[in-house]
Amino acid sequence: MSDSGRANAIKSEAEAVSISAIRTRTIVLTLLGAAILLTVLKPWIPSVLVRLPEGAILPWADWLDAGFSWLQNDIGLIHVTRTISGWLGFLTDAAANVLYGKSRWPRLEALPWSVVAACSAVLGYWLGGWRLALLAGGTLVWTALMGQWKWAMETMSVIVVAVPFGFGIGLLLGMCAWKSRRFEEALRPILLVLQTLPFYSYLLPAVIFFKVGPTAASVATIVYSMPPMILMTIVGLRKVPPDVVEAGRMAGCTRWQMLRSVYLPSARSEILVGLNQVIMLALAMVVLTAFIGMPGLGAKLLAMMNSFKLGRSFEIGVTIVLLAVTLDRLSKAWVVKQPEHFEKGIPWWQRHAFLLLGLATFILFYMLSQYLPILDEVGRRQSLSMGKEIDTLIKGFLGISWVKAITDFLRWFFNIWVLIPTELALLFLPTFAVILVMTGVGYLLGGWFPALIGFLFFCAVAQLGWWDRAMLTLHSTLTAVFLAMLIGMPLAIWAAQRERASRWMIFACDTAQTFPSFIYLLPAIMLFGITPITVILAILIYTMVPVVRYTVEGLRGVPREITEAADMAGATRWQKLWKVEFPLAMPTIAVGLNQAFIFAFFMVIIAAFIGTRDLGQEMQRTLAGTDLGKNFTLGFSVVFMALTLDIAINSWARKRREILGQ
Amino acid sequence: MNSDTPVISAEHVWKLFGPSPEAYLSRMPEDHSFEDIRSDGYIAGVKDVSLEVTKGEMLVIMGLSGSGKSTLVRCFSRLHDITGGVIRIDGQDIMSLNATELIELRRSKMGMVFQSFGLLPHRTVLENVAFPLEMRGQDRHARRERALEMVRLVGLEGREDYFPRELSGGQQQRVGIARSLAIEPNIWFLDEPFSALDPLIRREMQDEFLRLQDMLGKTIVFITHDFDEALRLADRIAIMKDGAVEQVDTPDKIVLDPATEYVARFTEEVDKASVVHASVLATEGVPVDGEPVPGDATILSLARRLVEDMSDTIPVSLPDGGTGAMDRKAALAVLFGEKE
Repeated sequence: MSDSGRANAIKSEAEAVSISAIRTRTIVLTLLGAAILLTVLKPWIPSVLVRLPEGAILPWADWLDAGFSWLQNDIGLIHVTRTISGWLGFLTDAAANVLYGKSRWPRLEALPWSVVAACSAVLGYWLGGWRLALLAGGTLVWTALMGQWKWAMETMSVIVVAVPFGFGIGLLLGMCAWKSRRFEEALRPILLVLQTLPFYSYLLPAVIFFKVGPTAASVATIVYSMPPMILMTIVGLRKVPPDVVEAGRMAGCTRWQMLRSVYLPSARSEILVGLNQVIMLALAMVVLTAFIGMPGLGAKLLAMMNSFKLGRSFEIGVTIVLLAVTLDRLSKAWVVKQPEHFEKGIPWWQRHAFLLLGLATFILFYMLSQYLPILDEVGRRQSLSMGKEIDTLIKGFLGISWVKAITDFLRWFFNIWVLIPTELALLFLPTFAVILVMTGVGYLLGGWFPALIGFLFFCAVAQLGWWDRAMLTLHSTLTAVFLAMLIGMPLAIWAAQRERASRWMIFACDTAQTFPSFIYLLPAIMLFGITPITVILAILIYTMVPVVRYTVEGLRGVPREITEAADMAGATRWQKLWKVEFPLAMPTIAVGLNQAFIFAFFMVIIAAFIGTRDLGQEMQRTLAGTDLGKNFTLGFSVVFMALTLDIAINSWARKRREILGQ
Repeated sequence: MNSDTPVISAEHVWKLFGPSPEAYLSRMPEDHSFEDIRSDGYIAGVKDVSLEVTKGEMLVIMGLSGSGKSTLVRCFSRLHDITGGVIRIDGQDIMSLNATELIELRRSKMGMVFQSFGLLPHRTVLENVAFPLEMRGQDRHARRERALEMVRLVGLEGREDYFPRELSGGQQQRVGIARSLAIEPNIWFLDEPFSALDPLIRREMQDEFLRLQDMLGKTIVFITHDFDEALRLADRIAIMKDGAVEQVDTPDKIVLDPATEYVARFTEEVDKASVVHASVLATEGVPVDGEPVPGDATILSLARRLVEDMSDTIPVSLPDGGTGAMDRKAALAVLFGEKE
């Protein structure tokens, strides 16, 4: 190609880019303009565009109910699920017997708490040295001394059953998806939906198909915790180096040998990261199964929060957080633990030192607990719980006049000036105007596909028949995420300028991300009692974690040479931040924002029990009955809204990454 | 199979990458170039290659990255299925093998060494070396015995229980070599085995490799992008470019008589005197007086004699026992790097 030809080509390419930018702007502005016009002309436009009339809404709930009843009774799925239920019940009962002495097979006595704590400490020591030993042992000692042992073990009895299943089924599905493209393509959208489905839609089917109690809790937990396992398995198996695969084939491996001896061991790290995710999600879900009457830490926390016993709630919250951090650190330590060789001539008892140490610890503490009952079980009177005292302390603190003045002012300010006006505005908008805006947002962020998704999904929300409640849900999430960005971004920018601060910030966020979502309600309730602002605050805290984390990571991840080049070009700190670091960090920040939205949609539904008026509230009501159809129309209203944002933001991030060549 | 059947023979082998390579190959005009094929949306990994490797011979395939050398060796071991042509191992068409037979072939006859080692990270040195034996179901005791022997052979005794990540690059490749030899293969494929190593270690590993080859006498296909390495190791060299073999010949012939412009570019920088052997320059049957020089001596090693001996021709003792005559002027031209 001649030089002039090349120049022309570049020029026409540049023109094409600017033309497409102009087209995007035109389309988005047209959609927005139309939406504004609809809003302004609201009294005069046909009422169909304002709200879908009752008559136009199809009886989705009834159809779904009919479908479920057909599955359940005509197909006979209920017999299958009840059989599975029986097996799962047997397993959870056995676990419950060993952990806290429920009188079921194998009818052993409950393990003394000191035995479990000491053995956990040994496990922690083996996996990650004395720090982990201290964490694992300390957590369990705290739990026992606070008089929460039985509740914690009730929770654990579901986890020890659900995690192996979630891990195994996830691994299996992951392997199938890795083997068959078509299976993977079918699986992806299901995983997307599962990721955004409100937890009530896990709980109710579990209850209906698998009986109330530990079995339903295990099923909901298994399903909820599985998706990341599937994804990590696929990632891990794809990442096995080609040299290793070819070495296996040249060694004459059969297909089964390839899988067992080459692929799976080589994907060990990713598979174990998947296991870590399974454990963390399982814990998060088990705590939430309190809503279907599963006893344990979650149920106690729920009861204490409902009766506004802040001190007790706080103690249980600390236990749950400690358990979460312990489980996370232990499983992560397992990911990075590499096999070590032993020098020749080391006797067998040194090779298996930890196993023997564990056994000895087990026996020692078992014997000790026979003579010292306190090591076996901490009685009600012996527990060190200071619920009442902490309660008085917190309430006293909140009662101090200036503290009260601040919280009252915040409550008044946000209610009157932020929440109520925006809520009313969103409810005022004609349905069709909102649909147009979401289409426009989709087009702006990702082009025609997200636009189409936005249009169809929001039409679907309107069609499902819970528009006003859906708008309330959307309002809470949008407000909270907006506030989270308003507070989180400056914090993250501040931290990103400093090496140590960013390291601490990421560490804090990673730790906070392991906390079960339920926990985030606690500080909000403590500060603001049971009010609408509490809901926003809970979502705000919860979503600030990914916002801060990914902003710090994005800004820190800008390649050194590029920031150095900016420095050498004489950029000031602000110029560097705005012109160089932010543009390059945006795709990563977008990932955080996307996660924030998904978290927000999850949390807003949990917050229903504080007393919202949105989709979550209706969903919570369905739990009392067998209203699966209604539960799913509500659940999918959330899914459709969350997926619209997810798809739009993700396609924006992807496009941006392509342009930046990341 | 009789004794002069080549161990590996390739006839008009094609390997195309693209949507439907077989159909494309069958309708493609014969004289299509690499670029023509690419503009049709296909990549010619291997383009009409024919060559043979005889028993005990070391063929080095040399080419730059993307020239198709790795693809060709993967066709020999059928890690890739070829698009056209025939590959025979010990006279047997390997494309006709079913999955079980192919596994059997690899378990009994082939060993391969990889550029980035391809060790299994969760297995110790000994377990990695024993891996192919385990796959073919040998019992624990026998495979341990054999693996220990192999570990000793590559000089890693004392490290049997180490994990790959605890070893240096050179040591890891020794494990790779030991593993590929564990099943006592007749055919040994080495895909740029030393390219990932730093120059000093590379030299050391080449010496080690030559020692092993002297001892074992395998049929070898060795891949490299390093021309010096090729010259150092090869019985014959095949130079590849764009999937096709440009020239297959002994190092002497390639250096003295490059077949194409491309091959000539590689040989330009080479010190020919250290590559060319006396026997190559000798013509048989002409009687010459004087003490004959050994045929396998390089011209460089004969430098003093060439300069000091004033006769026109110098006697050379040939490998078949006869004597040949080497033109001193021609030899001096090689020694001083002059063009003819």
